[in-house]
Formats: sequence, C-alpha cells, structure tokens
Amino acid sequence: MSEYLFVYRGGNRAALSPEQMQQVMQKWMAWMQGLAEKGHLKDRGHPLDAAGKLVTGRSKNVTDGPYAEKDLVGGYSLIEARDLAQAAELSKGCPILERDGSVEVRPIMQM
Amino acid sequence: MSPAPRDPVLRESGGSDPARRDSLDYLFRHESGRMIAALTRVFGVHNLALAEDVVQDALCRALEVWKLRGMPENPSAWLMTTAKNRAVDVLRRERRARAFAPELERLLESEWTFTPTVEEAFGPHAIRDDELRMMFSCVDPRLPEESQVALILHILCGFSVSEIANAFLSSTAAIEKRITRGKKVLSSSKRLFELSKSADFQARLSAIQRALYLLFNEGYHGSCTQDLVRVELCREAMRLAALLADHSLAAIPSTRALLALMCLHMARLPTRVDESGLLSLLTDQDRSQWDSELIAQGQKLLELSATGEHLSEYHVEAAIAWCHVTAPSARDTDWAQIVSLYDTLMAIRPSPVIALNRAIAIAQHEGPERGLAALRAIPDRERLGAYPFYPIALGEFELQCGRHAAAREHFAAALPIARNPVEQRFIEQRIVACSSQAAPGNYH
Repeated sequence: MSEYLFVYRGGNRAALSPEQMQQVMQKWMAWMQGLAEKGHLKDRGHPLDAAGKLVTGRSKNVTDGPYAEKDLVGGYSLIEARDLAQAAELSKGCPILERDGSVEVRPIMQM
Repeated sequence: MSPAPRDPVLRESGGSDPARRDSLDYLFRHESGRMIAALTRVFGVHNLALAEDVVQDALCRALEVWKLRGMPENPSAWLMTTAKNRAVDVLRRERRARAFAPELERLLESEWTFTPTVEEAFGPHAIRDDELRMMFSCVDPRLPEESQVALILHILCGFSVSEIANAFLSSTAAIEKRITRGKKVLSSSKRLFELSKSADFQARLSAIQRALYLLFNEGYHGSCTQDLVRVELCREAMRLAALLADHSLAAIPSTRALLALMCLHMARLPTRVDESGLLSLLTDQDRSQWDSELIAQGQKLLELSATGEHLSEYHVEAAIAWCHVTAPSARDTDWAQIVSLYDTLMAIRPSPVIALNRAIAIAQHEGPERGLAALRAIPDRERLGAYPFYPIALGEFELQCGRHAAAREHFAAALPIARNPVEQRFIEQRIVACSSQAAPGNYH
C-alpha cells in the first residue's frame, strides 16, 4: 500500500445557484465517503483559500495571487492505493472533473 | 488493507439518519434566504447587491471547506457566522464611504455599540423576523403579482433566474427582467418593511398570502414537467406560509386557512400521477396513500382558522380540499356540499378555472348533462382557451352521456394545447377510451 497526494485544481465555480452548490458538495461528500469506506482515504486533507502570496527567486520577490483559476490549487487529500494506476483510477470519481477541473496524482516518496 | 475506521465527520453529516437528512435538504437554498434577510437588515435594502455578494461568498466557502472536511455539527450556524464575519469586515471597511441601514447607522458608528448591534442582528429571533420582513418587502404594491412571486423565490428561496424560468416555463430573459425590476423597486426603500399593525401591513399580508398561494398552485397544478421542481415549489410555499402562521401579527385566520389548504392538497400529491407516470384522476387515486399526518395537520389548522368574521377564499378552498380528503371514496363524497362551497368561492373570487371546477362538481352531483350545461354557462370561458382541462371536461361528460363521437372531438381539441407529455398521454388515453367503454372522471 502506497500513499498518494491528490491535488485539486481549478473547477469552475462561476454562477452556481445555492441548490447547485449543495449538489456539488453532496457529490464530493459521497465520493470522499466511498474512498473512506474502501480504506483509501488516509487523510481528508484541507481546502486552500484562493488568496495567497508568491515568493520567487533570489530576490525573494513577493507578489500577490491571483493565479488563473484553472491553475489554482483548491485543496489536497492523502490517498492510499496499491499503485499509481489504482490511485489514478480512484481520482476519476472526483466531482471536480465534471466542472473542468483536474486532479494531480503524485506518489509520496518514502524513506 | 485494514478496514478504515468510520469517518466521524461524515457520520455526523447525517448519512443515513432520515430526520437529520431531511433538515439538510435544501440547506443552502434556505440558508441563503435567511442570510440575505439578515444582511439586508444591517446593510439596508439599498445594498441588496452587496448582501447577495456576501451570501454567495459564504456559500462558496462552505462548499470549499465542507466538501473536503465534511459538514460541521451545526451547518446553519456555521454559514450564519461566516456571513456575519464577512459583514463585520464590510461594515468596518466601508462605514465611512457607504450608507448602511439608516436605523442602525449611529449604532454602527461607535465601537461601543458596533459588536452588540451586529450580534443582535444575527441572533435567531432577529433572523426569523428579518425573513418575514423581507417577505413583506418583496410584495411591494408597485410590483405586479408575478414579479412578487419571482422575487420571493429568488431572494427567500435561493432560486436562480434559470431555475425560476424552468419552474414557470418562462424564458430566462423574461424572469431576469422581472427580478431586475423587482430589485430596483426593493432597493428604492432603504429599510426592510416594518412588522407592525398598520393598514399597509394588512394589505401586504394579503399580497403575501396571494403570492404564496400562486407559488403553491404553480407547483401543484403547474405545467412544469419535472415533478421534483413542482414539489419544491409546493414545499417552499408551505415553508413560508408556516413562517407567517408562526408570527403573532401575521397568524390571522386567513393565513391559517391558507396553510390548511396547502397541507390538505400536499397530502394528495403522491397520488396525482400513477406508477406509469399517467395523470391519475381523483376518482382513481389510491386513498390509502394519502398522507394522514398532513391531513390531520390541515384539519387542525382549518379548525383554528374558523374565527373572525372574514371568510377568505382560502377558507373555502381548504374546506373543499377537506371534503375530498375525508371522503371514503369519490362516490361517497359530499358533492352537494362541494358545489355549494364552489358557489361561495365564485362569489368571493370568481374565475373561469373555479367555474370549471364547479361544473365538474355539479356533474358528479347531478349528472353529466347538468355538468355540460354548467360548463357552457361559464361567462368568460374564452379565457380557458389555452387550458386543456376545459375541452377535457366537455369530452368526459359527453362520454358519460354515451355520445362517443362528440367526446372524441373535444379530447382531440385538447391534445394540441396539452402543456406537457403527462397531460398529452392522459388525453391520448381518453381518446382511446372513446372507442371502448365510458369511464367517469373528475379532475381535481
């Protein structure tokens, strides 16, 4: 069993009605619950606020976000899976994909 | 793989507990109405757009956080606190530049009174009143009825423009126009409507009753094909009517009668369409499926409403609905009583649709020939031109009289004005019936 980081990016959230927002949320909850029940959810992770700072280079230049919405990391979770292929398969159920978002699946390197 | 421990956050979110689940249905929709009402009170109605932004922001935050972390213990309180904190930011940042609610202006200026004022405005009691006050604000006499209904749905029930357009089979552009104009009128008064005994209060209370009645009817009899949408409209109308009936000033007999009417109709909702999706006639509905709890609730409200000297149309309609739900069968229904109630209703609020229903009751009571005569005597029946149930009723009575060819003609005339596939299939089925045996019908 190996660990993988799911990085959630983008996901169009423009102009949703309250009811639609609730439906999106419920899809996420059902997906997370499914992962948890099958023992794949190591850590639910955290959502990230859109506000942020970017510090770059030797000059330690600090700039504000925002980043383009499609590149914006909205959150992450820690997943347990047999291998990278299975982890990628698991990510296909993520509701962010229905809203033009992406899930980056990265193996965690162990000692 | 070891079995994962059951996730505590998810378990708390209600999962399989039906009572808990129920309260979470439409949570965002209902909370958005409550938040808008509370924020508008603090910001002033002229800052409605700002209040809407704050609500949108709070709901987005909830979506982002809850989707990963699960629902908090008390999601309503979480949302309201989020909205309050945002409101505090906005007030502090902009109180020099922007005028907020005039009655709170001085209280928000001083640091001594700022926090208690905001806390008070977001307390549960204040919010309930704010929701009602917003309802009263939405039925501004300068707005036509259909705009009032659209505004209530949009602001208090969190329906988006396209959701309203879908529910009312209207174009998005038309609804957008109604709402924009409605908001403009709303924003022209700075504060929410004051709940106090005044002539204006009484007039607006009747307007709200009317708006909720129309909203409920749209759900119950409306033309939208999606059952789910229609049930939602009925439920929203009931929720707001219950809010009215819970307020000491608004809980007048006609308010209770209106809520009684809604309960008694809702009790029959599950049987209006049969398992194969066909419109089911009152005569054919499985009465054991009617919701006895709602019937009891409706009956109690109807009893409570029987005070005072004003007999409203809601009293009469609730009494008719009560006759239907308490009758053991269509045959054993007190049709004489129903006809006389329709006579009363025609005197209070005459309309061709009510006259049509009266004619149907007459046919049940005195036979199809009398029903036909009553149908043909409806004074402004040309207003029923786009209403398929007028030719359907004509066809039904002709069929009962054994005149199959005439019946078929009427049903055929109803077909092109059917408003959705359910009605269409129903009419097709009646046309088939013209070739076989006669079947009695009733369209309540």
